[in-house]
Amino acid sequence: MDWTSLDTWIVITGVLSAMSCALVGNFLVLRKMSMMGDAISHAVLPGLAIAFLISSSRGSITMFIGAAIAGLITALFTQWIHKFGKVEESAAMGVTFTALFAIGLILIVRGADKVDLDPGCVLYGAIELVPLDTITFLSLTLPRAVWILGSVMLINILFTLVLYKELRLTCFDPALATTLGINANVMHYVTMTLVAITTVASFESVGSILVIAMLIVPASAAHLLTNRYGLMLAMSMIFAAVSAVLGHISAITVPTWLGFADTSTAGMIAVVAGLLFTCTMFFAPHQGILSKVWHRLRLSLRIASEDILGKLYRLEESTSDQPTLAQSAVFPANKWISRLARADLARTRKITRENNTYRLTEQGRFLAMQLVRSHRLWETYVAKHFDLEVDHLHDSAERTEHYITQTMQQDMIEELSHVKTDPHGKKIPDQPSSEDSIVDPKQKGGQA
Amino acid sequence: MPRPRIFLCLLTLTLFAWPSSVVMASDISSIQDTSMSLPSWDMLLRVLLLKDYNTRVVMFGTMSLGLAAGVIGTMMLLRKRALMGDALSHATLPGIGLAFIVMVQFGGTGKYLPGLLLGASLSGALGLACIMTIRRWTRLKEDAALGIVLSVFFGLGVAILGIIQKMQTGQASGLQSFIYGKTAAMLAQDAKMIAVVALFTVGICGLMFKELKLLCFDATYAQSQGWPILRLDAIIMALIIIVTVIGLQAVGLILMIALLVIPPAAARFWTERLFPMILISAGIGAASGFAGAAFSALLPRLPAGAIIVVVASFIFAMSLLFGTARGIVHRLIDHTNLSRKVAQQNLLRALYERSEGSRSLSKQNLSPIASATSSSFKRLLIARSWSPRKLRRTIRHAISQQLVRSRQDNRYSLTRNGLAEARRVVRNHRLWELYLIHHADIAPSHVDRGADELEHILGPSMVDELLGLLAVKHPELAVPPSPHAINSRSAIGIAGKYRPKTGSSKRT
Repeated sequence: MDWTSLDTWIVITGVLSAMSCALVGNFLVLRKMSMMGDAISHAVLPGLAIAFLISSSRGSITMFIGAAIAGLITALFTQWIHKFGKVEESAAMGVTFTALFAIGLILIVRGADKVDLDPGCVLYGAIELVPLDTITFLSLTLPRAVWILGSVMLINILFTLVLYKELRLTCFDPALATTLGINANVMHYVTMTLVAITTVASFESVGSILVIAMLIVPASAAHLLTNRYGLMLAMSMIFAAVSAVLGHISAITVPTWLGFADTSTAGMIAVVAGLLFTCTMFFAPHQGILSKVWHRLRLSLRIASEDILGKLYRLEESTSDQPTLAQSAVFPANKWISRLARADLARTRKITRENNTYRLTEQGRFLAMQLVRSHRLWETYVAKHFDLEVDHLHDSAERTEHYITQTMQQDMIEELSHVKTDPHGKKIPDQPSSEDSIVDPKQKGGQA
Repeated sequence: MPRPRIFLCLLTLTLFAWPSSVVMASDISSIQDTSMSLPSWDMLLRVLLLKDYNTRVVMFGTMSLGLAAGVIGTMMLLRKRALMGDALSHATLPGIGLAFIVMVQFGGTGKYLPGLLLGASLSGALGLACIMTIRRWTRLKEDAALGIVLSVFFGLGVAILGIIQKMQTGQASGLQSFIYGKTAAMLAQDAKMIAVVALFTVGICGLMFKELKLLCFDATYAQSQGWPILRLDAIIMALIIIVTVIGLQAVGLILMIALLVIPPAAARFWTERLFPMILISAGIGAASGFAGAAFSALLPRLPAGAIIVVVASFIFAMSLLFGTARGIVHRLIDHTNLSRKVAQQNLLRALYERSEGSRSLSKQNLSPIASATSSSFKRLLIARSWSPRKLRRTIRHAISQQLVRSRQDNRYSLTRNGLAEARRVVRNHRLWELYLIHHADIAPSHVDRGADELEHILGPSMVDELLGLLAVKHPELAVPPSPHAINSRSAIGIAGKYRPKTGSSKRT
């Protein structure tokens, strides 16, 4: 890998365009309009073509205006078709942008003889050629794309800062925003204009794929990492910058590992952003798939363990003369979660195991009594207040028992005026004051 | 009335915007002097009568494709997944590229079509799986899931194409056609393949029509009835992937989306029933395919894929405006008729109530006297909150219908027909008021507005029902007396008291 100043400029261009796209992309993702970015970036094609055919030059300003108008028209037409034709919004979007794209394609092909405007260029951009086209301004000689993208990024940042509160409100609660006097419709079109401008500015250098990717992917990844609006904006921009840098590096290195030449930087930036998103999707602290799976696993393990304790306690109650034993056969042995729960209980010394026989320890019995107490209190409570048949109580209690806290137990026992038995006639275990005072339920039963 | 005005704005704008882009196109091309001469009559006949082998093949292919896309697109649109095709068609690109590389590595030419299509289908299916995963496991919504899969997969595809381009110059150029399509270069075997796939798609949809219908309109109900929702959805998705993949070469990746979305969306304006909608959608798809192929055969250097889409969008615009079920013009006419009817009924009621309030009214014999009394324009104007312009228009219309008679000195009275109609209207109004008072417990001073909204749409059966409910208190089938003072301003004074109106009413 030989890094030249060309590569530096490519990376700077990529970072600038990625960051400006990511910033406005946040509003698209939050307002559930991500596909608008896709639609606008395809639909600017006729704008570019018409502007080019009118001015017969690749002058940035005309192209810029043409494309921005086409972008706005997409947003307007989508809105109108949705509103007046009562067409579903995504379908309206699909109709609008494909039609505009087709018109653009025809224009380009018709004018293609004299024009050096290649549809492929619109899709992939020509980021590799960026450093060759420089402009001197204020005695600074920088690539043209850097000037343009830099100013667009400044505009985006300024806009976001000035309308920080308004944008946040319209993103999360348009109805509330309207009642507070913020015109959600105006904000919608302002956002769409920004999307169009950013798209157009990024086009020439990085192409439409990268624009779509940068509008949606970093913002989505940031959305999975945080619940805070400001943080999400900042993180999405960092994501975008990182993918741009890594994207270019991998574009010139990864293919060589496999024995190929280098490849499109824009494509690889999108791929890197996708990989970053995949990582976030799996490893995000709260929203990540792994964390969700882990929490679900923990919860099912807790429920399974508590069910085992409850079962053992009830067996102790029902077998009057035998020592408190239980065959492993009474548990759903084929369920791996139950086996895992038993192993966990044995490890933490809540039950003991001797040749396939389980027995509650003192500590286990304490927990089991808590659980069975919750279960029977709930049954009694439901029977008193909800007029259910006695044989319908168990299922509800079986689900609820795992979530009943000490305070709820206390509230229920007071509400039920210190009742002693549940609707099935079973004794509600007393509140064990501490683990030491546990006694075998049968001894207690004998005393009572 | 802001709504008709908005409709009109839209109508003009749409009318202007649509052709203008097309007109502009032709203007510009003439500026650029790209010699687009009109085809001769002879040539037109040649194309339309399918005399050329090439044209025949292309037309056959595009029509089959349009038909299949129209059928399966309808399912997709009704499942509210119109943009799913967008994401899936973009997601096929890396598969095509990888298949090419693999085939080249194993010594093939890399352009073996079934191999490329297999790669495309696999990567489309992978994209679908990713969308499902993101939607199922994260808080991101469908739109973000589609966007992520679309852009990342397409980015990967572009990167792979980039590698291929540097790997084997010249050979890769064929793959570009998957993005933009090369309709005109369609071979007979391609067209046959498209036809087979189209037949297959239509056949599956026909066999599973009942299930798919249920799924499209009420997935929750279908699930509660024990239908395997997930598997049915998977079948629709699989069909979409197949149709997309097969259409890629013909019209290209981006315009394939148009064939999946536009014909069903256009068909929706013409019917409210599924089966006709599928037929219309398939018809629009096939017609666009035909017209697109014909245009590109007639006019040189027009990309057929894009023309197909432009034709389809034109049909969409026409359907949006003139569709018989949901078209804008149709709805606008309905709306205008309704508001005219409402205004006329309001006028009749105002005239009737004016005459009823006048001193000359005798309870026993309402009709001749009521028609004899007249009201001035000024009086009518303050009876409701309507503009002078609207009132004048309504009066003019009523006069032309011979319901109202105009007299000298700008006074108006009901004709015999008008009186009968007015009595019906006033009766509906008061029956509904009485109903609200007796059965909905609403104060007499508050019922006027509620009745005002409903009186115009009370059907005969409903009036009968109301009569049945209220017959005990008001046995007469004639116009019951108003339960409140007619003039809303004086009505406030007697709020809460149910007092049938007697001859003299208070005037402010």
